[in-house]
Amino acid sequence: MIDPFAPFIEFGFMRRALAGCLALSVSAPPVGVFLMLRRMSLMSDAMAHAILPGAAAGFVVAGLSLPAMTIGGLVAGLAVALLAGAVTRTTVLREDASLAAFYLISLAGGVLLVSLRGSQVDLMHFLFGSVLALDDPALLLLGGICTLTLVTLALIYRPLVMECVDPLYLRSVSRAGGPVHFAFLGLVVVNLVGGFQALGTLLAVGLMLLPAVAARFWARELGATMAASVVLAVLASFAGLSLSYRFDLPTGPAIVLSAGTLYLVSMLAGPQGGLLRRLVRPRHLEA
Amino acid sequence: MSAPAPIRLHGLTLGYDRHPAVHHLDGTIRAGDLLALAGPNGAGKSTLLKGLTGEIPVLDGRIERPDDIAYLPQADAIDRSFPVSVMDLAAMGLWRRLGPWRSLRRAAPALRDALAVVGLSGFEARPIGTLSGGQFRRALFARLILQDCRTILLDEPFTGIDARTTDDLLALVRRWHGEGRTVVAALHDFAQIRTHFPTTLLLAREPVAWGPTARVMTADNLARARSLSEAWDEDAAICDGTRHAAPREAHAHGHSHAHEHGHSHGHEDAA
Repeated sequence: MIDPFAPFIEFGFMRRALAGCLALSVSAPPVGVFLMLRRMSLMSDAMAHAILPGAAAGFVVAGLSLPAMTIGGLVAGLAVALLAGAVTRTTVLREDASLAAFYLISLAGGVLLVSLRGSQVDLMHFLFGSVLALDDPALLLLGGICTLTLVTLALIYRPLVMECVDPLYLRSVSRAGGPVHFAFLGLVVVNLVGGFQALGTLLAVGLMLLPAVAARFWARELGATMAASVVLAVLASFAGLSLSYRFDLPTGPAIVLSAGTLYLVSMLAGPQGGLLRRLVRPRHLEA
Repeated sequence: MSAPAPIRLHGLTLGYDRHPAVHHLDGTIRAGDLLALAGPNGAGKSTLLKGLTGEIPVLDGRIERPDDIAYLPQADAIDRSFPVSVMDLAAMGLWRRLGPWRSLRRAAPALRDALAVVGLSGFEARPIGTLSGGQFRRALFARLILQDCRTILLDEPFTGIDARTTDDLLALVRRWHGEGRTVVAALHDFAQIRTHFPTTLLLAREPVAWGPTARVMTADNLARARSLSEAWDEDAAICDGTRHAAPREAHAHGHSHAHEHGHSHGHEDAA
């Protein structure tokens, strides 16, 4: 019998990895739930690409330095989010189109920067993260992002839900719609930057979206969906880290594949519209 | 409640891409008025309401309007698949009072009352996606009640709604009128307008007539409204605003007066 907790008890770096992943598991999935409900799931993928050039610029300036790459990623991500949001709100373009335009520009710039300075190894770091080498500043960053996300979500929860459900109405009673939308995009960027530290740019999206999408099969109400998404993300983080230690797998993909497995299971067995529920239809009620 | 402010329109022109959909409209929607907007499709009823709420910018002229206006759009942009309840949707009407952070708890009785008035007691926890069209409209009216505005604009509020729901909601509109609120509703049902709305503005891009319903909704005026072109003239000349007559004041003039004020405007000529 293998004790799944053994590696976390035995090794400090595993505990650090777990702490970092848990922080991310609490903050990113609720943001992902809003993305999914607004049909903006793929937007987080685009944003993850948009962050790359910023991180690359930080790398070019300061080498493999956490603050430089984080600040670079934040600047690039927020710039793309703000520009895309501003274009959407002032021109005929929809959000997806304007975002696609800006993230492509940003991504091409990033690849150019990395190729000017970096080697293959560095690129792998960008893409797949370094969750097993989280130092104190990285952990503090993840914890800070988690706190910031939860506090901000609590503050903008009501107008954010209104902006999602009936943006026209919110606009008629308040000017909060714009700032709330941008604050939300900011949360997406901040969480992806945090995730890119732990899981890498491409896989950061996985921990944001997969638990959120899977949670839809477990809960109907918004609050319950967000809670379920956090639980699923915590499970995926724990399972992914354990498996990666046990079978010597790369950590980022192991975590995201665990989340993916949970998604598949949820899709099949989830009580809210899961496939099995559809096949075995319960008898309908009288009224 | 204090008396609502009147809405004054001064040479108001509203439209899209410089093409007017409401053209040189002058007049006053008096405080406490229960006004029907009538006219064929494309007459500018929705455009006028959007202009009154400030949702679209004016092309020309200006509007004097009070700040607290509640507006029920014809095509709402509500995401019905979003997991919120009927209670949540109606509670949005409390935004001006509660803002983003104040608790809903103290407003709970008002919330329950509003849902009871529109006949949705017992539906509080239902997800909005499970409501029928009529129930959904009732929920939106509950939100209007909670908004508690002194001016209420309704864009085709009864389209696609069955007779019973329409009667219930019309009773609510009359109650608002009785409370001294200003209500403006764009409607297509002429019988409804004649029965329930004391004043009417008949639009066909140009204002055709504005005044007491009986004098506005004449066969003559309606025929004129129908004949005014709906066409969008790509090559329309720039309007210099000089060739425009005011809408006929139906209460000041008899309707034999009608043809003397005939509009001769560039758009009609071109169409």
